[in-house]
Amino acid sequence: MVMQHVEGQDKGKIVLFALSTCGWCKKTRALIEDIGASYDYVYVDLEKGKEREEVVEMVKKWNPQVSFPTIVINDDKTIVGFKEDEIKEAIG
Amino acid sequence: MSDFDEPTATEVDSYYLKVKKDSESSGYHLNPDVEFTKELLKSILINITRYGHGACPCRLASGDKQDDMDIICPCDYRDPDLVDYGACYCGLYISSEISSGEKKLQSIPERRPSPDEREKIKANTGFKISTELSKPVWRCKVCGYLCARDKPPEICPICKVSGERFEKFI
Repeated sequence: MVMQHVEGQDKGKIVLFALSTCGWCKKTRALIEDIGASYDYVYVDLEKGKEREEVVEMVKKWNPQVSFPTIVINDDKTIVGFKEDEIKEAIG
Repeated sequence: MSDFDEPTATEVDSYYLKVKKDSESSGYHLNPDVEFTKELLKSILINITRYGHGACPCRLASGDKQDDMDIICPCDYRDPDLVDYGACYCGLYISSEISSGEKKLQSIPERRPSPDEREKIKANTGFKISTELSKPVWRCKVCGYLCARDKPPEICPICKVSGERFEKFI
C-alpha cells in the first residue's frame, strides 16, 4: 500500500482512508486542502488483493464498519464521514 | 492512478439523463447539485467497468456480485435513508425537502452492516417460514399499489401521488 502525501502546514499526523469514487471523500480532501494541512491518503478501492486486505484491516481498527472517508488524527482520534464542523475543529 | 479508461463526458451526460428520467418517473429525485451528481454517476460507470456491476461509489465493493448485491445502485439502503435522513448514503438521491433547500444535505451514518456483521448474517440465513410479517404493507389509495416497508414512499412510484395518500393495509 502506498500512502500519497500532500504537503501543507503541520497540524499533526493526519491520515485519510478514502475511495477514489466517493463524493464525500472528494469533499473531505477538498476541505483538508482548503484548511491547508499536510496529510497522507490512500484510495482503498484502488488497492488490490493482499494489499487491499491489509489496508482494510487497518481501517477496521479505527472504524469497524470500514466506511469512508475515515480520518485518523495523531493515531488517536477518528472522524468517520464528511463531518465538516468536526474536521475543522480537529485540524482547522 | 487507475488502470482503466474513465468514461467520457458524453457518456456521463447521457447516463445522467437516463438515470434522471428513470428516477423522476418513479418518484425519486437526483441531487440538484449537477456537478456532484455527475461525479457520482461517473463513478458508478467506472465501477461497472471495473467490477461488472454498478456498485455504490461511496462504499468499498468486493467485486463479487453476490457480496455486492445490496450495494448495487440504487442500493437496499436508499429508501430507509431517504425516510430517516432525506438522502441516500452518497447524496445521489435526495428527498424533496432537501431538494427544495428546506433541509441541508449532510453525510449520513452508514446503515449497511459491518463486514463482520455481514459474515454473521450470511451464516445465519437458513430457510425459514415466518408467520409474522417482517414489514407492514402500505396501500396507495389512488392506484392500489402495495409495498412492504417501514413507512410509505414519499411519492407513489406508480401514480405519483404523495405518500400521505397511503393507508396501512396489513
